[in-house]
Amino acid sequence: MQLIRKNMSKAIITVFMGALSIVFLIPLVWMVSAAFKYEKDVMRFPIQWIPEKINVAYNFKTVWMGKVPFYEFYFNSFKIAIITTIITLIISSMSAYALTKINFKGRNFVFLGLLSFMIIPDQATLIPRFLLVRWFGLYNTHAAIIFMSMFSIYFTFLLRQFMIGISDEFVEAARIDGAGHVKIFLSIMVPLCKPVLATVAIIKFIWTWNDYQNPLIFLLDRDLYTIPLGMTLFRDDFTNNYAIMMTAAVSAIIPLLIVFIALQKQVINGIALGGVKG
Amino acid sequence: MEVVKQPVPDIQREPRKKFWTPHRKEALIGWLFLTPEIIGMLFLNVFALGFSLYLSLSKWDLLTGVKGIEFTGFDNYVKLFHDPTIIQAVKNNLIYMILTVPIPIAIALVLAVLIQNSVFFKDYFKVAFFIPYISSIIAVAAVWSALFHPSLGPINQFLMDIGISNPPKWLVDPKTSLLSIAIISSWASLGYTIIIYMAGLTNISNEMYEAADIDGAGPLKKFFSITIPMLRPTTFFLLITMLIGSFKVFDVIAYLTEGGPNNSSMVLVYRIYEEGFVYHNMGYASTISWLLFGIIGIITALTWKMRNED
Repeated sequence: MQLIRKNMSKAIITVFMGALSIVFLIPLVWMVSAAFKYEKDVMRFPIQWIPEKINVAYNFKTVWMGKVPFYEFYFNSFKIAIITTIITLIISSMSAYALTKINFKGRNFVFLGLLSFMIIPDQATLIPRFLLVRWFGLYNTHAAIIFMSMFSIYFTFLLRQFMIGISDEFVEAARIDGAGHVKIFLSIMVPLCKPVLATVAIIKFIWTWNDYQNPLIFLLDRDLYTIPLGMTLFRDDFTNNYAIMMTAAVSAIIPLLIVFIALQKQVINGIALGGVKG
Repeated sequence: MEVVKQPVPDIQREPRKKFWTPHRKEALIGWLFLTPEIIGMLFLNVFALGFSLYLSLSKWDLLTGVKGIEFTGFDNYVKLFHDPTIIQAVKNNLIYMILTVPIPIAIALVLAVLIQNSVFFKDYFKVAFFIPYISSIIAVAAVWSALFHPSLGPINQFLMDIGISNPPKWLVDPKTSLLSIAIISSWASLGYTIIIYMAGLTNISNEMYEAADIDGAGPLKKFFSITIPMLRPTTFFLLITMLIGSFKVFDVIAYLTEGGPNNSSMVLVYRIYEEGFVYHNMGYASTISWLLFGIIGIITALTWKMRNED
């Protein structure tokens, strides 16, 4: 009897929460439906959730092959996000390894140093970063954005938390067998850390893909633009053509949705890991 | 003479022979592993902060080149405290903080508890609320700019439909622009807050709830006397990161309002951007950066103090 009552209340709450989640997702549903419509139908009220007349082919052709070419932004975004992610993985996992498995004086000092840098907001050092990039001759290049986002103390800490949990005996046993740290790092630590490395990679990829501030400041030429910056061009070139803008928005979000839905456990657990222990 | 001769060669030879002791080798390798990260931090944080401090005490139009840097002492700081747009920006940042921190935290807490304990298809709800967080914030901002359109937008058409003849003009009205930005960012980040709370909930042992059941405590009583107190570390973490985060808001404002209309959505980071990259006043932009850094430092210190006093 009690179980039935419990399940009843659970069902009622599920229905209520289901309705709430639909309301919550309406902006995205509206975005997808607008991408299928003719310009004049987008703002018609009441909203046609399933459009009568479909113009999706034209919309996508205009966005992807038109005068503001989305495929170029796509290519740029993929290039920057993939390179940045790989370099971040290398730098952060090397630091995390040194901070947990190599015993030397100064280790804790470095750790505290990194910890204190975490409170410095990126935005407070925007001006000198910009000047550094100009002096290095990197202004208006993708290298500038990669350089700005490839160092990540946050991920170093995430990896450090994970590596602390790996028994030191693995390392000690390998040391006795005569293996050096480079070998231990590559052939023991990296394979053991695969799950957390995958999580870091996915989150870093999503964040770099979505970054707006760095491309806005460091890129000048349209053909170097990333997707978020490209969205600005659509806004300027297709003012009030919300069908085109929503098609661009859908195109910007699709790769993220695919990555997320395929790997949601890693993403959600990774975010939770940072929140609970970081 | 004899006494001196004997020990000296020993002392001199020993360190040369054994310079690369296992300890030192270990240390060298440790530092080598840390080198890339340390170089990055030296450039992007240590040097950057020092240089920014120097610039904040200078007047410099970027276009005049490095030679144009003119040391002016505290002039910029004096200007800062008399600059009406800065005062407006700080005020807006504080309002934005109040709008985007406590309310979303409370909503996320309730939703997280419901998803964790009281629904079927838990995984669906986790994903549904999380999707806006992983979506590109600029794409999402583009969607909301259409939804918030003052006359044609679906939101206002709906409001007019249910009899509100003068719905708010959202992003284009000074009275509601900041609120609109706050709604968009809160909507986008709610999933993150829920996930963090759900992770916190899994750390509360079931025994406490079972004991409360035996005492005959209802769900509300359990929520207020077990869940909320046990989640205090999670709430603290969210509070500190979201308070700091609210002072860093930039993307949505840069894309949608550029601080307008009439500075009604002007915030400090947008002001740094505008002063530095639109007007090329690198000195004054650095001064604003230090104001931002100072405010974030104060918030961090206050919240830490709050936690330690608990």
